[in-house]
Amino acid sequence: MKKINIYSLIVLIIVSASSFAQQTPAEKQSEPVSIVGATAHLGNGGVIENSLIIFENGTITEVIAANLTKQQYPGKIINAEGKHVYPGFIAPNSTLGLVEIAAVKATEDEDEMGEMLPNVRSLIAYNAESKIVESMRPNGVLIGQIVPRGGLISGTSSIVQFDAWNWEDAVVKENDGLHINWPDAFRRGRWWRDEDPGLKSNKEYQEDVQKLADFFASSKAYLAGNRDYKNLPYLAMETVFKGDKKVFVHVNGEKEILDVIEFKKDQGLKNLVIVGGYNALGVAKELKSEEIPVLVNRPHSTPNKSYEDYDYPYKLAKLLQDEGVLVAIEGSGQMERMNSRNLPFYAGTVAGFGMDKEDALKLITSNTAKILGIDNTYGSLEKGKSATLFISEGDALDMRTNILSHAFIDGREVSLETHQTELWKRYSNKYKNQESE
Amino acid sequence: MKLKLLILGVFLGVFSMQSQEYFPKNDGVQMRNTNYTVFKNAKIHVDPQTLINNGMFAIKEGKITAVGKSINIPKNSIVIDLKGKEVYPSFIDLYSEFGIQKPKRAEGGNGPQYDAAREGFYWNDHIRPETDAVAHFSFDAKEAEKYHKAGFGVVNTHVPDGIIRGTGMLVALTPEVSEGDRILSDRSSQYLSFDKSVQSRQSYPTSIMGTMALIRQAYLDADWYSKGNADNKDLALEALNKNKDLVQIFTTDNLLNELRADKVGDEFGIQYVIVGSGNEYQRLDKIKASNATYIVPLNFPEAYDVEDPYLTGYLSLEEMREWNQAPANLKMLAEKNVPFTITTHSIDAEKDFKSNLLKAVEYGLPKEAALAALTTVPAKTIGLSEKLGVLKEGAWANFIITSGDYFDKETTLYENWIQGEKKVLESMDVTDITGKYDLNIDGKQYELDITGEASKPKVEVKMGETKIGSKLNFQENWMNLLLSSPDTTKTEFIRLVANVPEPNKTISGKAILPNGNETSFQATKKTGSEKDKKEKDKKEDKLPNIMPVTYPNIAYGFKEKPKQENVLFKNATVWTSEEEGVLENTDVLVKNGEIVRIGEGINAGGAKVIDATGKHLTAGIIDEHSHLAASDINEAGHNSSAEVSMEDVIDPTDIGIYRDLAGGVTTIQLLHGSANPIGGRSAILKLKWGESAEDLIFEQAPPFIKFALGENVKQANWSGNRFPQTRMGVEQVFIDYFSQAKAYESEKKQGGDFRKDLEMETIVEILNGERFVSSHSYIQSEINMLMKVAEQFDFNINTFTHILEGYKVADKMKEHGVGASTFSDWWAYKYEVNDAIPYNASIMNDVGITVAINSDDGEMSRRLNQEAAKSVKYGGMSEEDAWKMVTINPAKLLHVDDLVGSIKTGKQADLVLWNNHPLSIYAKPEKTMIEGVIYFDIDRDEKMRNEIKKERNELIGQMLKEKNSGVKTQPVTKKEEQRVHCDLLEEVQ
Repeated sequence: MKKINIYSLIVLIIVSASSFAQQTPAEKQSEPVSIVGATAHLGNGGVIENSLIIFENGTITEVIAANLTKQQYPGKIINAEGKHVYPGFIAPNSTLGLVEIAAVKATEDEDEMGEMLPNVRSLIAYNAESKIVESMRPNGVLIGQIVPRGGLISGTSSIVQFDAWNWEDAVVKENDGLHINWPDAFRRGRWWRDEDPGLKSNKEYQEDVQKLADFFASSKAYLAGNRDYKNLPYLAMETVFKGDKKVFVHVNGEKEILDVIEFKKDQGLKNLVIVGGYNALGVAKELKSEEIPVLVNRPHSTPNKSYEDYDYPYKLAKLLQDEGVLVAIEGSGQMERMNSRNLPFYAGTVAGFGMDKEDALKLITSNTAKILGIDNTYGSLEKGKSATLFISEGDALDMRTNILSHAFIDGREVSLETHQTELWKRYSNKYKNQESE
Repeated sequence: MKLKLLILGVFLGVFSMQSQEYFPKNDGVQMRNTNYTVFKNAKIHVDPQTLINNGMFAIKEGKITAVGKSINIPKNSIVIDLKGKEVYPSFIDLYSEFGIQKPKRAEGGNGPQYDAAREGFYWNDHIRPETDAVAHFSFDAKEAEKYHKAGFGVVNTHVPDGIIRGTGMLVALTPEVSEGDRILSDRSSQYLSFDKSVQSRQSYPTSIMGTMALIRQAYLDADWYSKGNADNKDLALEALNKNKDLVQIFTTDNLLNELRADKVGDEFGIQYVIVGSGNEYQRLDKIKASNATYIVPLNFPEAYDVEDPYLTGYLSLEEMREWNQAPANLKMLAEKNVPFTITTHSIDAEKDFKSNLLKAVEYGLPKEAALAALTTVPAKTIGLSEKLGVLKEGAWANFIITSGDYFDKETTLYENWIQGEKKVLESMDVTDITGKYDLNIDGKQYELDITGEASKPKVEVKMGETKIGSKLNFQENWMNLLLSSPDTTKTEFIRLVANVPEPNKTISGKAILPNGNETSFQATKKTGSEKDKKEKDKKEDKLPNIMPVTYPNIAYGFKEKPKQENVLFKNATVWTSEEEGVLENTDVLVKNGEIVRIGEGINAGGAKVIDATGKHLTAGIIDEHSHLAASDINEAGHNSSAEVSMEDVIDPTDIGIYRDLAGGVTTIQLLHGSANPIGGRSAILKLKWGESAEDLIFEQAPPFIKFALGENVKQANWSGNRFPQTRMGVEQVFIDYFSQAKAYESEKKQGGDFRKDLEMETIVEILNGERFVSSHSYIQSEINMLMKVAEQFDFNINTFTHILEGYKVADKMKEHGVGASTFSDWWAYKYEVNDAIPYNASIMNDVGITVAINSDDGEMSRRLNQEAAKSVKYGGMSEEDAWKMVTINPAKLLHVDDLVGSIKTGKQADLVLWNNHPLSIYAKPEKTMIEGVIYFDIDRDEKMRNEIKKERNELIGQMLKEKNSGVKTQPVTKKEEQRVHCDLLEEVQ
């Protein structure tokens, strides 16, 4: 049993933290950094023991086994022997920064009224100074896709990094995706109409699907015309049809997913992603052949049906991957924002239930980057990519050893302090001082 | 109302059966029917066991005067020959709303209503024992006819509203007499239920456990009141006392509630008659042990429409099984000798009663038992064995006349006699004209095929190979047959009419041709109808294979309960949760449910050896804060609900139990929710999957109660109007109740006729240190407050649960001596958890507080090992200490650490075998044992998965077959898994 000398660690954190004020975003990388001796988990399946990682001006310039090179380590050298380096974890389909305290309505900015809202953008409501956002960093979660909720078309998401003064500085990819809440073939009875509140076949399912198709058709027609009048929702669809804005369809049912595949073909959509995908396994072959990836909902859930395998949510990502589907993990659901920092442990659990550990890592790094369309810059430790990475004392997918000493976003060394670590220190000191009295 | 009924009686007086008339008559002369009616040559079912072939019986003035093989026929007799027919006592339904006006729903108001709306009655509007069914009754001829057609003669009816619903009345369904004649008993029984009255909006009780507590308190209060202790008039309690000796009928709608009702009755020496759910077979041993008589519905679920495989995926195994098994319920009850009657309530008596009854018989219910359930058992249950349900001298002349064995599908119910009054349903003299005939009209030859029941024959007519349009009407033995012209381009008809007073080889009559000419026709019978043969073919359809009942009767339930085993875990890494720490290469021997030896190289001595090389053995995980396995969480109707107990609402069928076992959890504290400052009593459970609710209870565990502070109790996140609305008020609630309890205790000590108050009794236990408090809490001010209030009343808070700001007052907590049970890393979901930090457990642990990690959540509960491990990350806790937070520490908090929570000789063998380091994210339990019984086994789980798949397939096949045979099906509905924890209180009003 490996025990970590926690006191030295506390000292380390306090020392390294003292140079950064909490919540103050780090400045641009000014000198090269060389991380030496760590086990590098590349995020694309590869592992380099005793590695050398160099980055300059925010970009990785070298990832190599340390013994394969005789080059001088440039810039600041971090000795990371016995430690592990990972690409920053990416939280897709997140509402971080849109809601601060779920029970306080004044802090909620996730769900705009209306049904068809492609023009509504999450980015401008994203609170870069959220206390919850900063609590992601000490667990290695450094990037997120911020997604509006509600309606049939919820709006347009953007991808941000988690260390910024404001939303503008936070942007990794603006307006990356359109989010559709696919209608459910089942619906709860409307008690106010004296219907049984249980879930029943949704008689309006086809109607709602048709609404979406009609909206797409109207948008296309409008965009083809002279656009006399500025129809904001239609205009927001232009990048969708061009293929620049990916379409994220939030859907779980097997039949519904088949309908989504049809919809994709009918609309000629190039980039479509299934979000949730609880029952995607039954249509994995179709998803594979259509090259539709799936953002699987958090493995830390209970099965929906009493007869299902108790570990179904734990292993769904693996089962889909085994079928050849590109998979990553998203964490929406109950208490999703504060739980987003558990993203690495979601992946760890998938590994515990059968997936290879490096493959499980891909579920929150390179696969996610591919699905979000930011894989040319993020999601793996590779030469030429952004230096968005962190150093952990041990296996970052295991909560016992996910203990960060350094984290970098675009080469900037970010603070690992949070509102929570401050309170921790304040009260730890209170009792320490009591003892010494 | 009563008066009105009597006036009605005057007009109907001519039919009256009173032997001595005292009503004045102004519409003619007084008459009295003193004639006998004698029935002869009948097959008489005197009672389910006694049959008289070719017997006779006589009735007079509504009663049976003689029954026998041969009886005297008085001179003033009308004799009816029942040759070939059978006579049964007519049926009795003890559970109905027959003739009762629907109670009016109370008008909506603003926000919840906490006080009773009535004055002069009990403090709770849902206790309505004074309700008198007679005052709400008027004979409903249309409904009565449905009962007549189903063979019923007497029903017990009541006002179906409220928890204690008042008296029911026993009514004969006699047509054409006065109410005065029909009412056999105006106070036949008292009814109870778990449902609140629609006539009041009073909030309390909001839960089943609250309902149970309310019934108990009402009984106690009634007893106290009866001794003249109250200053006020309470008409409800007076009525409750008056109704005490009546038959008590408790309505339920699910199996768990059936057993709960019986439990309450047992506590007060009352044996309820229980209106069941039809699912009694799922826990037959407990049903039998209840000693209750059951009134069982016949509402078997329809098969599901499983044609769409995508939709079928949403169908649970238990729903499919219920369809498959429920028709065998009555058979299983009969086999187990559970006394039961049958009710038509919840089905259409006219359309579905007989077919469902026959289905039950087809599934193995003996006919005699079916008959008894409809006649002698209800008669006995209602205390009228001599008068109802049998055909013997002195009994009411309530009987049905049938064409043959009642349980034959083809049998016709001719007449239903009630109180000697005849109700004809089908004429007994219908001539059976079914068969194949050669028909000759005006020189043309037709072929006639008449099929179906004698009273409702159907016809098919052909001319050569051409089918002829036809319509047959056969009434009062007059046949009217309409034939269309063989030439379909014309709308021309031939009309045939004939009287067929008796079966004959030929039918002849008049034919009216399209041109208006009249001629005669003759139809000559060739053969009998082919229906007999068809019927036989159908009979050969086998019953679907009935699935075995499992415990619980859902997926992953056990067909046979796993047995206690003696087991030697060989060569494990043993996490003792004791001073010994973690022992490598160690053996642990389990015998008779206990840990008997820990060491190296232990001899198995006959115990089953499990090779644990490379594996980790730990004590079972204990979750201090769980809401699994509960039918209800909150009694939110009052700001204190100390009288309610979670032990009353344990749901042993929650799949969450099995999933928790798969996560290594063996013990949970099932806590009341946080809707009110003083919540309800806890249930501490061992997760013995498959056992009944009562057998899940951890017997040796001491009593606990839930308190709550903060946003939930002050209704901060929804609009409430109940005191308290601030933290200031919360303190006052506690001081108030503790003061009340002090006063209560000292009054109690003075003796005398003391009003026992279940709420106060519980709070007195708290003050005396006999019941421990686990208090939901978040911020430091309230934590401090509750400790100070407790100190003021000289007791200790045992546990602060959630306690997310415990780290801010850890020193004060240490001083008070309270333990902490917290979340590992939850925060930011509401305002009061804004300063919650994941380092909380570590800080409190460092200060020396006994700290546990709890779940409050059915998902997190099954990963508590991971949650404990987070303290290694947040705050650098040692792994051994982290592991203690989910084993021995919660055991200490629950005061069961002498029994469970660690691996120590003499402790109960609640053990988990892990494939990996138990704090690692990669760990999963392979075996979870409670008291030497392996309740979760990863290999057995694999086997069960395959069995479930197979069973689903078979049931889907059965349902498809059912649909193809034209039986009505129901659409699949999706069941949502509901995960409750006390921090998501949207449902709480």
